[in-house]
Amino acid sequence: MSKFKKKKGGDLPAISTASLPDIVFMLLFFFMVATVMRDSTLMVVNKLPAADQIQKLDKKDRVMYIYAGKPSTRYQDKYGSSARIQLNDKFATVDEVGAFILAERASKRQELQNVLTTALKVDSETKMGLIQDIKQELRKVSALKINYTTRVGDYTQNLN
Amino acid sequence: MAKRSAPEVNAGSMADIAFLLLIFFLVTTTIETDSGLNRKLPPMEDQVDPPIIREKNIFTVLVSKNDQLLVEEELADIADLRSLAVAFLDNGGGVGDEACDYCQGARDEASSDNPDKAIISLKNDRETSYKVYIAVQNELVAAYNDLRNREFERLFPNLEMNFVDAQKQYEDPRTTPETSEELKPKLDQVKAMYPQKLSEAESTKN
Repeated sequence: MSKFKKKKGGDLPAISTASLPDIVFMLLFFFMVATVMRDSTLMVVNKLPAADQIQKLDKKDRVMYIYAGKPSTRYQDKYGSSARIQLNDKFATVDEVGAFILAERASKRQELQNVLTTALKVDSETKMGLIQDIKQELRKVSALKINYTTRVGDYTQNLN
Repeated sequence: MAKRSAPEVNAGSMADIAFLLLIFFLVTTTIETDSGLNRKLPPMEDQVDPPIIREKNIFTVLVSKNDQLLVEEELADIADLRSLAVAFLDNGGGVGDEACDYCQGARDEASSDNPDKAIISLKNDRETSYKVYIAVQNELVAAYNDLRNREFERLFPNLEMNFVDAQKQYEDPRTTPETSEELKPKLDQVKAMYPQKLSEAESTKN
């Protein structure tokens, strides 16, 4: 008679997992959007020097990367062990830096072309001569904003 | 004939597929932002007539090929570089128009007139190693930041932060536009008090 009939049997109803795919998809989309895949494989040794007076380099679409350092061990047979420049996926000479910057700049959106920064990711054991040459090339194509990419740490870590 | 309803597709394995993709993206994700020392290179065109700068307003730092440091023609240790640079920038030896009323330095006549005139000239050899060069750059930037922090805290004590933190807050995208608007003139004021004049000369050939 009563409207509120006691359920028969004390079995717990199974929790519906129908929304599980939705939750997982939500997470999936988050990570898909947040992922930045490393677009070039490093072919040089790249142990960055340490510094603590640093500024963040965000907005990845405004940054061009130049790597430099000794070739990694598996490339040393072919390219020797003196420091080289890496642009995108291949080794380059100093003269190619200018062309690389111009090509990168042309590939960016118009309104970003004047605010581009060049990030120099250079191995700590490199000699300044190579960096000086890169800087000279950058000046030639007037890519004047540069960033010496470092890791966070005290400067004394660089001295030994 | 009765309409046959389409058989329902079993979606039970959807979660598995999604998990698989999720794990793949989890593993490949690197949420990292690079950071480093921002610098501006001088433009290529030669200046028609370079401004005349008095010798006492230039603070020369030379890093030799053996990574030794020569500050104002004297051998120095990198640990002392920051205090030497602060002493030079904050000297305020000028008189009259060139006087610097906020400097707390020694007011030595043989050193810089005011922070606006003071230039740090950094030279290096082609054989200098990059890590030492970065250490030197870091210490020179630190000298500027120390002075800017001091002035920022003196001028705006109610903000209860220093220049570097304020700059960080200003650049943080999460900061509201109103706060940024409020911070900008303050930051610019302190920046103008100690403008970063750090010249990177071309390296000496040998």
